[in-house]
Amino acid sequence: MADLIAWVMVLAIAAYACAGGTDYGAGFWDLLAGGAERGRRPRWLIDHAMAPVWEVNNVWLIFLLVIMWTGFPTLFQAVFGALWLPLALAAIGLVLRGAGFALRKPSRRLARRRVYGAVFAVSSLLTPFFLGAVLGGIASGRVAVGTPASADAWAHTTPVLTGLLAVAATAFLGAVFLCSDARRFGADDLVDYFRLRALLAFAAVVVLAIAGLPLTHDDARYVWEGLTRGLGLLLVALAAVCGLATVLLLLFRSYGWSRFTSVASVALTVGAWGCAQRPYLLPTSLTVSQAAGAAHTLRWLAIVTVIAIVLVGPPLVLLYRLDTLGELEPLTDADTRAAGSPGDDL
Amino acid sequence: MLSTAVQAVHLANTPPQLLPARELMAFTLASHILLVPFGVALPFITLLMHHRALRRDDAVALLLARRWSAVMAVQFAIGIVTGTVLSFEFGLLWPGMMGRWGDVFGLGFGVEAWAFFLEAVLIAIYLYGWRRLKPWTHFWLGVPLPLAALLGSFGIIAANAWMNTPQGFRLDARGDPVDVDVRQAVFTPMLGPEYWHFVVAMFMTAGYLVAGVYAVGWLRGRRDHYHRLGFTVPFTVAAILTPVQFVLGDSAARAVFHKQPVKFAAMELVWTTDTHVPEYVFGRLNSDGTISGGLRIPQLDSILAGFKPSTRVTGLTSVPAADRPTAVQATIAHWAFDIMVTVGCLLILLALWYGWCRLRHRDLPRSRWFFRCAAVAGVACLVTVECGWITTEVGRQPWIVYQHMRVSEAVTTTRAGSLWAMLGIVMVVYAAVFGAFLAVVLKMRTRWRIADESAADDGSAAPRAEPPPETDTPYGPRSEPEAAAGGAAPGGGSGRAPGGAP
Repeated sequence: MADLIAWVMVLAIAAYACAGGTDYGAGFWDLLAGGAERGRRPRWLIDHAMAPVWEVNNVWLIFLLVIMWTGFPTLFQAVFGALWLPLALAAIGLVLRGAGFALRKPSRRLARRRVYGAVFAVSSLLTPFFLGAVLGGIASGRVAVGTPASADAWAHTTPVLTGLLAVAATAFLGAVFLCSDARRFGADDLVDYFRLRALLAFAAVVVLAIAGLPLTHDDARYVWEGLTRGLGLLLVALAAVCGLATVLLLLFRSYGWSRFTSVASVALTVGAWGCAQRPYLLPTSLTVSQAAGAAHTLRWLAIVTVIAIVLVGPPLVLLYRLDTLGELEPLTDADTRAAGSPGDDL
Repeated sequence: MLSTAVQAVHLANTPPQLLPARELMAFTLASHILLVPFGVALPFITLLMHHRALRRDDAVALLLARRWSAVMAVQFAIGIVTGTVLSFEFGLLWPGMMGRWGDVFGLGFGVEAWAFFLEAVLIAIYLYGWRRLKPWTHFWLGVPLPLAALLGSFGIIAANAWMNTPQGFRLDARGDPVDVDVRQAVFTPMLGPEYWHFVVAMFMTAGYLVAGVYAVGWLRGRRDHYHRLGFTVPFTVAAILTPVQFVLGDSAARAVFHKQPVKFAAMELVWTTDTHVPEYVFGRLNSDGTISGGLRIPQLDSILAGFKPSTRVTGLTSVPAADRPTAVQATIAHWAFDIMVTVGCLLILLALWYGWCRLRHRDLPRSRWFFRCAAVAGVACLVTVECGWITTEVGRQPWIVYQHMRVSEAVTTTRAGSLWAMLGIVMVVYAAVFGAFLAVVLKMRTRWRIADESAADDGSAAPRAEPPPETDTPYGPRSEPEAAAGGAAPGGGSGRAPGGAP
């Protein structure tokens, strides 16, 4: 049962990496979109594409935390003890990102919009970095039960590398999705704009991954070996194939399937990491069975999860379906009958 | 002095990071809790208005429902992010509690996480479905929203109730929980009283606050159908619930009396266990057990707790000083409790006033004083929400898990300096975020008012006389033809975009 819950946790991480990652990526490109005039159209697209779904995507993270503390309380305690600073910064980043995005939308003044937009975009870059660094810190075996909070746990090669990799992966996902969104919203000029950026981001992922091979060999020995043999290697290879397939689809301008392959590549990478860490939650000090909470609770956690999937699954599918069909649109000023007010310049 | 000696011992056992950790938790939770009533109850109130709009083909009701949706969109986002911070803080501040007890009481959070997931999905569909979904389809897709909100509240309150009356486990020789029984751990004695008290408080607060906005408009002379409707619907919801809450609050207090006698003693400033205990309205507890100030009503506390003066009420001194709230904490809990009760009683009077006029005269009260009171009722309700939370949390001190774990045992080992720095950053960030949120909502209101006034000046019911300042999204052209594109008034004066009124 503990193994099952551990896999649910890996799935939740994968889901957050894919769903939340896409939104972080959109924020990343918002940051790089240039000045108010030049970045007007990309930002418009990012705004439209993200708005209906980003809150839902964010909930995966809450779900992940709940599974962690309910299913594996000691793991939760150890991780939040040792990786205090990156997690605290990620939490602040989450607030700034969400608030910046939500407040930018109804603002009608350029100056305000700039501030909110900048807050949103910068924190979209920092938050995935710190979350990635947390995973890196765990994977490199620097966290054990009782490790005190210090920079040792995360200011190292592997955590920094995974942080950067997380940023690059989100940028890749974001750009791939924005390509499809640009087509959906009929903004043909933006399709090529984001296509180029998707390819660049993929190149960055590849460079980081290849550079990471020698750099992490000694630093994260256990996971490194898990990733280069057996099931871990298989999943990594599949992730690479999916990544390459995405690139090919982008090159041939086939945007229907590119989203699925890009998501698959990220999810498979997370899965590969999960495989490589077996049987440890914290390599090489805490195994899944050592960290598992009370058996009765785990059984109920599984039951609650199944019920919830049945309950949440259909609405979630409906939401994504409505979103891709273009049925979801924000209320406009005409709908709520709003007039301009003095000082508005947008 | 004995008390100072006790205090010194207490301080010696208190890790330096305890204070900043508590301040940080208190600050973030106090901020988040301001948004909770809207997250739980605003969808319901909006759906009520929405239903009325569709049922009676009422364009004004539809406009109100849409405007509330626009506010909800921003409010829900801020609520989500401030709520996420709280999940992080369980690990960042109280890893000791989660590490030992996470698998005992964490399941409530599991229910909450999924319910919240459902709520986020449904609210996204509802908020973004206005334009293109069929009107009734759109409405029915929103209907499960309040249920999801109730389920989510259940999860959170189940966890908090467990912290107040922990059960569903056995302690082994080392003091670790074993033999966890999830059903017992979720359905704790305090769950029922706390849950219903909380849920009704949320609906009341949201109702009074929304109504308060239109009460202000009413006082300023905007006595049209729009303001009447915007006031009546939420205010009626809140007014109906107010007497219900009176009963629920009373039974919650009595549940505390039975299940957490020491907390009850703190709430009511009872120093020694006794019968014929007097009730103190406000007043301050000194560390020697005397009470300064306040209004003393003989016998009343015993009567309230057990319906007769001979009821025995447990006092604070029934447990060692280290196991009970300090005098200051007790005073805080007592004041919070008394403010909550006072405001609750005043709200009852307001609700009765409203009910009398509605039932007798079939009209809103005429008095300006009624609307003045109604205008501040929402803010007063928010104050009571904070007070209720302070009562239950401060009254539980020094325990984080009542009689099983002290707050000082649960706190993180991170240095106090880091926590103070974090608190500073969070305060700045939250001040900016909440300030900006308020500014944005007020701006929306201003823009709506300008539009309504210019429509009224035209002397017609047409929603808009001049082209809107922008017809579509802020970021450039959308190839789709829009309802208001080119300044054409939306069809039929109903203000309904394509997707159409029925």
